[in-house]
Amino acid sequence: MTEIILRPKGRIDIMVEAEAINPDIFAGKTTVEIEQLIVWQGAKQLPLSGFFDVEGSAGSTAADTKIIVRGNVPRVKHIGHGMKAGEIVIEGSAGMHVGSEMMGGSILVKGDAGSWAGMEMKGGTLHIIGNADDHVGCAYRGSWRGMNGGKILIEGNARSQLGGGMNGGEIHVGGSVENFPGIRMNSGLIVVKGDAIRGVGAEMAGGTFVVSGKIEQFSPGFEYVGTEKNPKVGETVLSGEFMKFTGDYAIIKPKGILYASKEANEGV
Amino acid sequence: MPGTMVIRNGYVFDPLNEIDGEIKDIFIKDGKIVDELKGSSLRDAKVIDAKGKTVMPGGVDSHSHVAGAKVNGGRMMCPEDRYKWVTKKTDLTHSGSGNTVPSVYIQGYDYAKMGYTTVFEAAMPPMEARHTHEEMRNTPILDMGAYMVLGNNWFIMRYLKEGNIEKAAAYTAWMMRTHKAYGIKCVNPAGVENWGWGMNVRSLDEPNIHFGITPREVIHGLAEVNEMLGMPMSLHLHANNLGHPGCWETTRDSLEVTRDVLVKCNMDVEWQKTKIDPQRKQSVYLAHAQFNSFGGTSWGDFESGAKGIVDYVNKTDHVVIDNGAVPFGPATVMTGDGPAIHHLYKLTGNKWSNKDVELECGSGILSFNYLKANPVHSVEWAIGLELLLLVNDPWKTILTTDHPNGGPFTKYPQLITWIMSKKARDATFAECHKWAQDRSSLGGTDREMTLYDIAILTRANPAKTVGIAHRKGHLGAGADGDVTIYDFDPTKLEVNDFTKIIRGFQNAAYTIKDGGVVAQNGQILSVPQGRTFFSEAHMSDGLEKEMLKDVKEWFKYYTLGFANYPVPDKYIRNPSPVQVNKPLEAIVGR
Repeated sequence: MTEIILRPKGRIDIMVEAEAINPDIFAGKTTVEIEQLIVWQGAKQLPLSGFFDVEGSAGSTAADTKIIVRGNVPRVKHIGHGMKAGEIVIEGSAGMHVGSEMMGGSILVKGDAGSWAGMEMKGGTLHIIGNADDHVGCAYRGSWRGMNGGKILIEGNARSQLGGGMNGGEIHVGGSVENFPGIRMNSGLIVVKGDAIRGVGAEMAGGTFVVSGKIEQFSPGFEYVGTEKNPKVGETVLSGEFMKFTGDYAIIKPKGILYASKEANEGV
Repeated sequence: MPGTMVIRNGYVFDPLNEIDGEIKDIFIKDGKIVDELKGSSLRDAKVIDAKGKTVMPGGVDSHSHVAGAKVNGGRMMCPEDRYKWVTKKTDLTHSGSGNTVPSVYIQGYDYAKMGYTTVFEAAMPPMEARHTHEEMRNTPILDMGAYMVLGNNWFIMRYLKEGNIEKAAAYTAWMMRTHKAYGIKCVNPAGVENWGWGMNVRSLDEPNIHFGITPREVIHGLAEVNEMLGMPMSLHLHANNLGHPGCWETTRDSLEVTRDVLVKCNMDVEWQKTKIDPQRKQSVYLAHAQFNSFGGTSWGDFESGAKGIVDYVNKTDHVVIDNGAVPFGPATVMTGDGPAIHHLYKLTGNKWSNKDVELECGSGILSFNYLKANPVHSVEWAIGLELLLLVNDPWKTILTTDHPNGGPFTKYPQLITWIMSKKARDATFAECHKWAQDRSSLGGTDREMTLYDIAILTRANPAKTVGIAHRKGHLGAGADGDVTIYDFDPTKLEVNDFTKIIRGFQNAAYTIKDGGVVAQNGQILSVPQGRTFFSEAHMSDGLEKEMLKDVKEWFKYYTLGFANYPVPDKYIRNPSPVQVNKPLEAIVGR
């Protein structure tokens, strides 16, 4: 795999929208051509080289191209937007919309990710080692069709609306989440190792949601089914005793399944 | 010279003049079609070479939802309909966004690219007239007009119940002038009033609450009012029970209601001498017939009810329908029929909004997606096409999607492939649910429409039906210089080349408006301001005075003051009023 390195040139004022940072677009281009790729800053269109030093070369195909962003880019949005193949490694934190609508390949964020990471993602892997913000794998505003394929791994915490409108794929969160994770979920799997605040699986019609920690305020529209020991969801085996619920009965004929740790949620 | 041009050697399709693919030159002088150009006019005229191309009058859409409160409600409800459909501004054109409900600028450009120059907004609640005109005046290029929703209006229901047709006509005339409306729309007559109390009406003879009037009485009354005034278009009817299995019977019976109403246009306009009489013959124009042609008794035995409607339309001469086709894909359902949208909401659970327009009407909006895998949607697709293909006389049908209810107007080219090619229909049968084949008669027809038929369905007949054929929908001398040139050689047209047909109708080679090129091959070249058509209808002063006394008395029920009710003149872009039922003295004294 051929590596190409992007080194941030310093502090960015108005946020930059850089859909151009994508192996599909880099593939087959020379270093100079990559430097000249257009990104948006506010209403201005500027070359990528205005924000990054570009080193190395791209592969002939996307699958053969690995982009390494050497530094923190929390003010650069849409990295890897819609990518189909190849690899992106961000050695610091990424801005909003990292990997949104991605269809294949992989993205590794070594720091934190901004809101809308993996928005409406269709395939590939998005791995965030730090924390993620709101709307991970979520449907965009107004839409009820979120992520429908691929896998998102977050080792830290995520905030609200994780996996909203999810139609497929998997999200695993090592830490905790906040409000309305899995809202309007139709299909797919979300596993949260830590706690959730409220609204877990609100209006979910299908799919499976697991909380291994405590749910502070339980959603009212779920029905208790029974307790299961080490249940298996998809290919994941959960360890411990879980209460199983179906819901959300706020909508007609729901098929959603919610597992919550029995130990952490006593008194539900 | 602007507005003056010659279009040379095209194959001309002008159904109102019975010109079917003849090679002819079209001359335009100062924005109007003329028989010929001579001398310096000819020397200075812009010449367009249309050799090997198809020439038609500018497109006329007689039923679309493109301006006003519910359209904007659809825009606000659906950010997901915008962010993936953005258009950048250019030196000439405005930026914009939207797929099923585009912003006004994009609507204007997209219609113009497809060769349309005239579009009518088919449902304007009186209280939302200002908003409707604000959007129409900001829509570039297109000439527009709006039909006023009157089927559940308190004054209309009261006067009709009292049997006072004259007063109802006086009220309608005054309302047309007050709100600068073009024609009468009637949505779920008597039923929307009940919806204010969570109810509906289920049959033509069920009286509604408080007013005690039946749908039959409202339809007949409004049709009589329409002809008493001599309005340009007939009543535009959205029949009761829309969207329910088995509703086709209600629809057929509703059409029968106006059969005895004598058609009379009384407009102060100059009619050109076209081969086919440009004046309408129909006393009722059925809106989005597809949604009103559901068969079966439940969603389980749901089937097409198009045959019942088609048989009725074939054997009578007082009906024109637009089909309101479903081309599959995303749509935004919006109508003045609040209960019908609530019914859809209960079925789908999709995003829904509802509004009551005090004393006048109501509306509902729902985000929707028609899927090929869905049995009901597949039958709806078939019904939309049956209604065009099984009615023998194309002068009784108009092609629409009831934009954006069945789908966006940008799907018209796709729709055209299905009516021009049996192979195109078979290809879709293979992709969609088998109910389309099993529960409709679409598969049994081999009919393939010609370019001449398409010209009837998309310009000549809509213009005739809404009474604008004195200036639109044909290429005879005196008509507006609106011409569309499509890049099809009719002698070599391969109807099974769907991609080419779609591309050709999506981006006209030239769209010419008032003798100027507005779009060429999908590029906007100029952005003139369109006109606003409306009907200045009149009844006797005495009647009007009496009627206004009633209106002012009941205005206490409105939440706005009487003085703020009318649409001020400054809201109207290029006003083009049509005098309707104007007293003879006024015409003579001119």
